[in-house]
Amino acid sequence: MAVKTVLRVENVSFRYEKENVLEDVTFAVPRGAFLGLVGPNGSGKSTLLKCILGLLKPQKGNIFLFDTPITSFKEWHRVGFVSQKANSFNTGFPATVYEVVASGLTAKLGLFRFLSPKDKQAVFDAIDAVGMSEFSRKNIGELSGGQQQRVFIARAIASRPELLILDEPTVGVDVHHVQNFYNMLEELNKGLGITFILVTHDVGTITEKVTHVACLNKHLYFHGGAGEFAQLQKSDLSHFYGHHLHVLSHQH
Amino acid sequence: MIGDMFHYEFLRNAFFAGMLIGFIAPLLGVFIVVRRLSLIADALSHVTLAGIAAGLLLEKKMGTSIGWNPLYMGMGFSVAGSLLIEKLRSVYKHYQELAIPIILSGGIGLSVIFISLADGFNTDLFTYLFGSVSAVSRQDVWIILGIAFVVIAVIFLLYKELFLLSFDEEYAVASGIRAKTIHFIFIVLVALVIAASMRIVGILLVSSLMTLPVAASIRIAKGFKQTLFFSVLFGELAVIVGLVVSYEIDLAPGGTIVMLAIVILLISVFWKKWRRR
Repeated sequence: MAVKTVLRVENVSFRYEKENVLEDVTFAVPRGAFLGLVGPNGSGKSTLLKCILGLLKPQKGNIFLFDTPITSFKEWHRVGFVSQKANSFNTGFPATVYEVVASGLTAKLGLFRFLSPKDKQAVFDAIDAVGMSEFSRKNIGELSGGQQQRVFIARAIASRPELLILDEPTVGVDVHHVQNFYNMLEELNKGLGITFILVTHDVGTITEKVTHVACLNKHLYFHGGAGEFAQLQKSDLSHFYGHHLHVLSHQH
Repeated sequence: MIGDMFHYEFLRNAFFAGMLIGFIAPLLGVFIVVRRLSLIADALSHVTLAGIAAGLLLEKKMGTSIGWNPLYMGMGFSVAGSLLIEKLRSVYKHYQELAIPIILSGGIGLSVIFISLADGFNTDLFTYLFGSVSAVSRQDVWIILGIAFVVIAVIFLLYKELFLLSFDEEYAVASGIRAKTIHFIFIVLVALVIAASMRIVGILLVSSLMTLPVAASIRIAKGFKQTLFFSVLFGELAVIVGLVVSYEIDLAPGGTIVMLAIVILLISVFWKKWRRR
C-alpha cells in the first residue's frame, strides 16, 4: 500500500515542567502538500517542530513519519530541515556554496563514504533548483541573507528528502525578495514533488502559496485547505491570535 | 644545512619531524580555528608541559635506566587534559570558554610543582620549552610519524563529518551525526599533535603552528579545501625555512619558525588589501 500521509500527529501534548505548550494537537500532512503552520510567538510551533524532528519527546500522543512511529523511525535522510538559526552561522567560515550544499549529503552517505559523481550531480542540481548556480564557487559569507537562505534550502534538498520542514525561513531575507523566495518554494513543491511544512507568522503571504494551513496556539485552532482558511472571518483569526489582527494580502 | 644533513643524523631527524609537524599541525588547526577554539591548543600545550616535567622528574629520581621517553608522559597528560576540557565544556554550557583557562592554569600549576620538586632541571626542559633541532631522536621521529599517519587517516575518513560539525553543529546533530564521538576523537588528535610538535617548536609556541598558518590562509582562500591546502603550505614553508635559517645563524628553531609564520601572515593580510585596490 502506498504511503498517503507523510506526517501524522495524533493527540500530542507537551509541557515544559508545569507549563503546557501543546495540548492535544492532531493533524495529518498528505504527500505533496504545502502546509503553512502559523501561530503567534510562543504558540508552541518550535516545540511541535522539535517533536516532529525527534529532538523532543511528547508526554502524550503519537507522531508518525511515513506511517512509522517516530520512536522507531530511522530514515532521517527522508526529512530535510532548514532552521530559523541558519542565518546566524559564522559568516567568516571559509566554505563555498558547493561545499555547504554537499555537506547536506553527510548523513545520507554515512561514515567513511565519499561523494560519487552521481552525488556531485545531485549537489549541482540542488544549487540549480534554488537558482544559485552562478554562485557555487563563492564563499558563503559573501552572499546576502536571502541568498544564504537559498543555499541552506539547497543543502536540505540535496539528499532528496520527501518532507522538507522550514522554520521561519524568511527571517533575514530582504523584504523585496520575500515574494521571490516563496515563489521558489512553490516551484520546489510542485516541480520536485517535495512535501513542505512551512512555519511562519506571516499569515498574509502563505495563504497565496500553500495548499493547507494549520493554526496553532497551544491547541490546533484550524486545520484544512488554504481555500477554507481564506474564507475564515477576521474575527476568528483575531480570537486565535488573542488580539486584533489585520491580514494584509500581497498584491502582485 | 642541506650538505650537513647527509653527515648528521640529528639534522635529518629534525628535518623529517619538522616536515611532518608542518603538515599535521595546520591541518588540524583549520578545524580548531573555524570552530573558534584557537586557545585550546594553548591550554593543552601547558598540560603537556606538566606531563614532560613529571616525566623528567621521574627520570631524575629513578635514574635514566627506566628508558622512558618523557614524550609519552606528555602525550598522556595532554590526552587527559583534552578529555577534561570536553567535560568542563559540558559542565559550563553557557561559559564554554571557561574550560580553557581552568585547564591552562592547572597545567602551569602542576608543571611548576614538578619542576620545584626536582630542584630545577638541566637544559633538557629548556629544549622542550622552546624547541631544539639537536634534541630530536630517531625514536621521536618514529613517534611523530605514527601520530601523523593516524591524524591524516582520521581527517581523510571523517572529513565530511568534521566539516559539517565545524560549520553547523546543530544541523549535524539533527541529521543524526554522532557529534560527541567525533568531537572526542578530534580533541584526542589535537592532544597528540601538540605532544608531537613540541620537540621542534617547543611547548610555548606549539599553538602558533596550529593557528598562524590558518590565519594567513583564511584571508586568501576560496572554500574549505583551499583553506586546508594553503594552511599546510604555509605551515611547511615556515617550518622548513625556519629550520634552515635557525641552523645557519644559530637561533632557537621554535622562535624562528613562529616569526616566519607571522611574516607569512602579514604578507597575506597586505596582499589581500593590495588586491582589493
